[in-house]
Amino acid sequence: MLRSTVSLSQVSTNKILLPRNILPFNLYRELNPQRAHYVSSTKARISNLQNVTLAVSSAFTAFFDPERGDMIATLGETTGSIFVSEMRDNMLRDKTGRRILRERPRIHSSTINIPYLRSLPTGTFGKEYTNFLDGQNVTPDTRVKVQYIYDDELAYVMQRYRECHDFFHTLTKLPANVEGELALKWFELAQTGLPMTLLSSIFGPIRLSSKEKERLFKKYVPWALQCGSQCKFLLNVYYEECWNKNIEEMRKELGIYLVD
Amino acid sequence: MFPRIHLKRAFFFRQIRTKTNHIYNNSLQKYYSTSLRLQQVNTTANFSEQQKNQHDTSQEPRTHFGFKSVPESMKETLVGQVFENVATKYDLMNDAMSLGVHRLWKDHTIRTMAPGPGTKLLDVAGGTGDIAMGFLNYCKEIHGDTSAQVKLLDINPKMLEVGKQRFSKTPHHNTSQVTFEVGNAEDLSSIPSNSYDVYTIAFGIRNCTHIDRVLHEAFRVLKPGGRFMCLEFGKVQNPLISSIYNLYSFQIIPVIGQVIASDRDSYQYLVESIRQFPSQEQFAQMIMNSGFTIVGDGWEDLTFGIAALHSGFKL
Repeated sequence: MLRSTVSLSQVSTNKILLPRNILPFNLYRELNPQRAHYVSSTKARISNLQNVTLAVSSAFTAFFDPERGDMIATLGETTGSIFVSEMRDNMLRDKTGRRILRERPRIHSSTINIPYLRSLPTGTFGKEYTNFLDGQNVTPDTRVKVQYIYDDELAYVMQRYRECHDFFHTLTKLPANVEGELALKWFELAQTGLPMTLLSSIFGPIRLSSKEKERLFKKYVPWALQCGSQCKFLLNVYYEECWNKNIEEMRKELGIYLVD
Repeated sequence: MFPRIHLKRAFFFRQIRTKTNHIYNNSLQKYYSTSLRLQQVNTTANFSEQQKNQHDTSQEPRTHFGFKSVPESMKETLVGQVFENVATKYDLMNDAMSLGVHRLWKDHTIRTMAPGPGTKLLDVAGGTGDIAMGFLNYCKEIHGDTSAQVKLLDINPKMLEVGKQRFSKTPHHNTSQVTFEVGNAEDLSSIPSNSYDVYTIAFGIRNCTHIDRVLHEAFRVLKPGGRFMCLEFGKVQNPLISSIYNLYSFQIIPVIGQVIASDRDSYQYLVESIRQFPSQEQFAQMIMNSGFTIVGDGWEDLTFGIAALHSGFKL
């Protein structure tokens, strides 16, 4: 099985990042501390009243100011406790999902080698991903860190879900404009069932024009619900090992078909 | 949750609680317990780094940073980071948190000060310049005076930047009436002794590491006959108001901080630092010990003691 190569940018202060295939899994995280980002057990918890107030106020703020990505993130964390557990259980049922939970890879410009991905041939997953990033002029570093989930593993699951958002864009070939984001939110609703996706899907289209709403609900939403519910649970994919794969093959394997 | 784990935790925390020397208010204990959890040994992945940190700071005296205990040298840096994070949204957050009442407190301070024409004011920890602006407006409106001067001093350059921007939109911009300086309230060596008529510090003194040094410097720079005024949060005596105030402080204010300023932790520090500040009586005693003469009690409670205006004269 092909493993991705270790890049020189992954050298930590005293030691080189040791590759996965020579270490037993339980030592991997300890000896590579920059991979184990979650020590949320020492964080002070917020009370239930604060949780509810935060959920309500972040929902309103996100609705009136859609640019506030951190408010949508907070809404997801404060409302999603049961559903994040379900997502984690879905990952545990799959072999690759279990490996992801053990190794806890992070998607950040320091852990993935974006210049290398740009150099890959067209049609590969890595190349399509960098095309998407360059087209939207974004980096994978813009994701807000999880703050309000206090279980280590669940916090990682939420963070992984957030970081894989750009991969969902690449696989479904949806643009990153308002329409594409809303379609992707419906897709994620079918996949994960998080209340944040439900609220965004219902209240997000309110601010669209009637023509855009018609297009969204006639074309994108049926596709998103059908494709999302029948394809593989996308958090169970080890994206860091798929850079060289042909993207059409990947889509076939995962059961994703594009919007027509 | 698992009751057995809770029992173990309860015993562990009882040990930590007896070792700390915080002065406890019974109704605040539930808020202390969350932050006591933070005083556990931090489970950093790099154990040798943690050992190095402990060795460096083990001999240093510690002070409070909110409900946490930190080495004294670190407090200034931590407070600096807090104010750097909140500087751009500081005024908006003040209005949101106090529902605009902070403007009444500051107006009351200026009116109690009742500056005459030509007064020289040193506004320490002035930050975004509320007191300084109120002072200049008072002199202009009440006395028609434009010879009053204020020096706005703050340890944080970002807060001072925001203050400069606010002043640039007023008629006091580019006049000799207002000067800006970056400086530490504990060490005003750039300011000559006996040079100011009034010294104010509004909602800043609780962030200083050594309050006695601040008071000593205040005494030095004031002229004989000068007035020291300190507007600061205080302790509420009324139990009903106190419980509503605690609930609002610990439950609502951090949420407002997260929603408006995307920074919950800075506002958590703010409400905790209010609880760590000495009471009105204790602070009045500290003012007297620095050589100031106080009139009556030396302080005036505002809004049931949520804020208090302290005053002392250098004779």
